[in-house]
Amino acid sequence: MTRLEPVEEAITRAHREEWARVVATLTRRLGDLGAAEDAAADAFATAVERWPRDGVPPNPGGWLTTTATRKAIDRLRRELRRDEKHQEAALLHDDDPPQDRGAVEDDRLRLVFTCCHPALSPEARVALTLRMVGGLTMPQIARAFLVPEATMGQRLTRAKAKIRAAHVPYRVPTAQDLPARLDAVLTVLFLVFNEGYLATGGDTEPVRADLTAEAIRLTRLVRELLPDDTGEVTGLLALMLLTEARRPARVSSTGELVTLGEQDRSRWDTELVDEGHHLVRERLAAVAAGGPPPGRYQLLAAINAVHTAARDARDTDWSQVVTLYDRLLRVDPSPLVALDRAIAVAELDGPEVALALVDRLPLAGHHAFHVTRAELLRRLGRRAEALEAYDRALALTANTAETAYLTRRSSQLD
Amino acid sequence: MPKYLLSVYGPAERNQFGDYPDKESMLQAFADTGAFNDKLVADGYFVFADGLEQATTATVVDGRGEHPVITDGPYLEAKEHLGGFWIIEAPDLDVALRLAAEGSKACRGKVEVRPFQTEESFKALLEP
Repeated sequence: MTRLEPVEEAITRAHREEWARVVATLTRRLGDLGAAEDAAADAFATAVERWPRDGVPPNPGGWLTTTATRKAIDRLRRELRRDEKHQEAALLHDDDPPQDRGAVEDDRLRLVFTCCHPALSPEARVALTLRMVGGLTMPQIARAFLVPEATMGQRLTRAKAKIRAAHVPYRVPTAQDLPARLDAVLTVLFLVFNEGYLATGGDTEPVRADLTAEAIRLTRLVRELLPDDTGEVTGLLALMLLTEARRPARVSSTGELVTLGEQDRSRWDTELVDEGHHLVRERLAAVAAGGPPPGRYQLLAAINAVHTAARDARDTDWSQVVTLYDRLLRVDPSPLVALDRAIAVAELDGPEVALALVDRLPLAGHHAFHVTRAELLRRLGRRAEALEAYDRALALTANTAETAYLTRRSSQLD
Repeated sequence: MPKYLLSVYGPAERNQFGDYPDKESMLQAFADTGAFNDKLVADGYFVFADGLEQATTATVVDGRGEHPVITDGPYLEAKEHLGGFWIIEAPDLDVALRLAAEGSKACRGKVEVRPFQTEESFKALLEP
């Protein structure tokens, strides 16, 4: 990791912490996502120019919002010369709270619901949210989706053009809209969380606590908004908490990824583990009382509850984990779920059985597939094939902690 | 206020009851669509709406050359063609989508919602 100069560090931090808020505020004032993003980008460009000279302002968020608003007004004045437009531009100065905030109070959560508009393609919804709420750069988003940057750029441009041309409102979704958009919102929040938990970029920290914290905060808000949902919001929150609890043990002091089995469990956040277990029990009780059957997130949370209940990796109840994965495969028959199930099968029935399952999966473009194969081949003593699999995995990940881990594992085979 | 084109698609050639299974359901759909149109007018969204004759009655004219070239049939070769449409004014896409859902239910067809160009988008075309 490179050591940044203090001003640079302040700009990086401001970008992380304030980007979504600046975009959300500007979108509310301008009613235009694209214009808001342009203005936010202008403001950060100005910060890069001015802060090294004038010093970091005491309230970076306020400075950025004010600057972005001025930049937006400048743009409006340049672009639209008519009198009435001048008046509209003048309205931007009006800082009155908007009249109707509707069902969603939180600016950033409203931005999530806007980005998850059903008129946008599912890929565009996720990409827009990562950009607008997560503040991720285009290359980072492209890597997260395993697509070329140009493709992701076009996808985002098209989505923003549709929002503008079709007049997709930055409107507060009504209470009736919320359930219809919930699936998309949960998918997006989970992706934001995952991007934080294993950042895809080689130019960022391996674990981005700001993103995991934001995803958890927003999921808590959604849970407050929809207390009567089917339990998937609670499931997702539990899943995030049980995953986040392990974060302190996830990267070693030398910046290397530490796998679940090797983590120092005394470093787990017991408060988060307790809260996660509590939520999982709440869902188990609701299902037992005749509620709807558990969905994807509740099952994933239950799997993580089994892992975090074990004091030592050796005490893990692997048969229960496999059973839960069997149920998850029925709800979500994706090859990635099958891959995770195979990892649990390896613990229960041995690496040979697991490898046979893994080799059938169409996941050659996924680094997790090659990592799993490498570890299984290693346990089977098939050194040359393991080395090859580590190389494939290394080629497909940019995460610095994971690269360090895989490099060491691979070199130990020599 | 933004304008939207709500288009309804149907088969290139229709049976004797339009593309409805029988006369009764055709008349019911006409009645429901009429009621929906009245509501659009009453609520101030209505600009224009009408149904089209079947696509095989269309003629394509190419006037770009010295003499216009006239061809029988619709411009696009497709299984489904525009069968009718509404032009509405609505404050935003969410309202347009809600109205499209009502229209779709009334006429028993899928409805495509497409925004018209606005003065601003037209300007953006001229001054990129």
